[in-house]
Amino acid sequence: MLEAIDLECQRGDRLLFSGLSFRAEAGTCLHVAGANGAGKTSLQRILCGLLLPAAGEVRWRGASIRKLREDYWHELAYVGHLNGVKDDLSAEENVFFAAGLAGRARTREQARAALAQVGLAGFEDLAARKLSQGQKRRVALARLYLAQDAPLWILDEPFTALDVRGVANLAQRIGDHLGRGGVVVLTTHQDVPVPGRVRKLDLGAPPCGLEPLPDDGAAGAGEGGA
Amino acid sequence: MTLATVLRRDLLLALRQRADVFNTLLFFLVVVTMVPLGVGPELETLRRIAPGVIWVAALLAAILSLNRLFANDYADGTLEQMLLTGEPLPLIVMAKCLAHWLVTGLPITLMAWLLGVMFSLPADAIGILMVSLLLGTPALSLIGAVGAALTLGLRGGGVLITLLVLPLYVPVLIFGAGGVEAVAGGLSAQGHLLVLGALSLGATVLAPWAIAAALRISME
Repeated sequence: MLEAIDLECQRGDRLLFSGLSFRAEAGTCLHVAGANGAGKTSLQRILCGLLLPAAGEVRWRGASIRKLREDYWHELAYVGHLNGVKDDLSAEENVFFAAGLAGRARTREQARAALAQVGLAGFEDLAARKLSQGQKRRVALARLYLAQDAPLWILDEPFTALDVRGVANLAQRIGDHLGRGGVVVLTTHQDVPVPGRVRKLDLGAPPCGLEPLPDDGAAGAGEGGA
Repeated sequence: MTLATVLRRDLLLALRQRADVFNTLLFFLVVVTMVPLGVGPELETLRRIAPGVIWVAALLAAILSLNRLFANDYADGTLEQMLLTGEPLPLIVMAKCLAHWLVTGLPITLMAWLLGVMFSLPADAIGILMVSLLLGTPALSLIGAVGAALTLGLRGGGVLITLLVLPLYVPVLIFGAGGVEAVAGGLSAQGHLLVLGALSLGATVLAPWAIAAALRISME
């Protein structure tokens, strides 16, 4: 379903990766791994269509996402490393408006149900600024419980700040999504506890197309790039 | 549908961040009230410069409020989500501009009545002043939003946005203040008001596309 063809990504004058090609069929979880600064977030932003690749293209169901645009984004749920949670809105309002914004109109009750599923029952009316980092992450992830009609999930470090139960819960949710024929692209430094078909895409290793850095060699690989 | 959702969200946020909204309006009020202190209390002079002063203050207040438009959404990641929805981005942007106008342009228009009285403008001139602000301030929000989107995430964006947007505000200023002066001079303000309306309508049609494109560039 999701297909990357010969992707190349440059940030500043640093070549992060080039000649990167892969396919993710329905029911696959793609685990993007790699060192800090290897371009994991950049790759995800390219797959989302937020960032233009220096070369190559991304295809969804065989058509370029640059042509599909809104049709593609309608089928996409993205949780970036920024939560997209408004401090001045309550947890419930955050989930409600996020769903509305994504063109998936939901009721207040559905928003509360989604919050209950991420373990935030009882926190619905609390302003998001009063929530802890992990709880804010859960508010962001609650969007996934309202995005059943989005077959493609792109998740940047979804497990950060979550406690053990939160990780298990999310892994279960991702597994369910794969079982329904969804596609998930996620980055994480942990082992992926996701049940189902998980394919690893290592940006830090040559087979997947990461060329050695042009000038300053391996020394640059540890620095932030994205 | 999306328009209503975004509008409700932004108005709710403005309500929760009341201080930001009041700061802009207070700024408008303070700038205008400073002028008599600097120029002197001669009623004739004040009456003559009042429309220009109020309009310039409205431009400055609009500029001051622009960073509120996208910067917060950019910082907390909501803007990313807006760029990745199945809904048309120009429509979302239009709703944001409408919300911005409702909490800046509209209150400024209403406050102009009070300021007009303060400068002892004749009643018909106050009426035209308010109509001109009502017709012109939507253009300020929309044109300003293009600048806000272009300077998003840049260092020193605050100064840059002023340099970028103020020249584009010039036609609105000329026809806005000019209309009131025409009435004070015994002429009809119809021409000025029509041009103001045309500017706002033109901005409504064109600006959302420009803002949407600018946001996509800024998010790269």
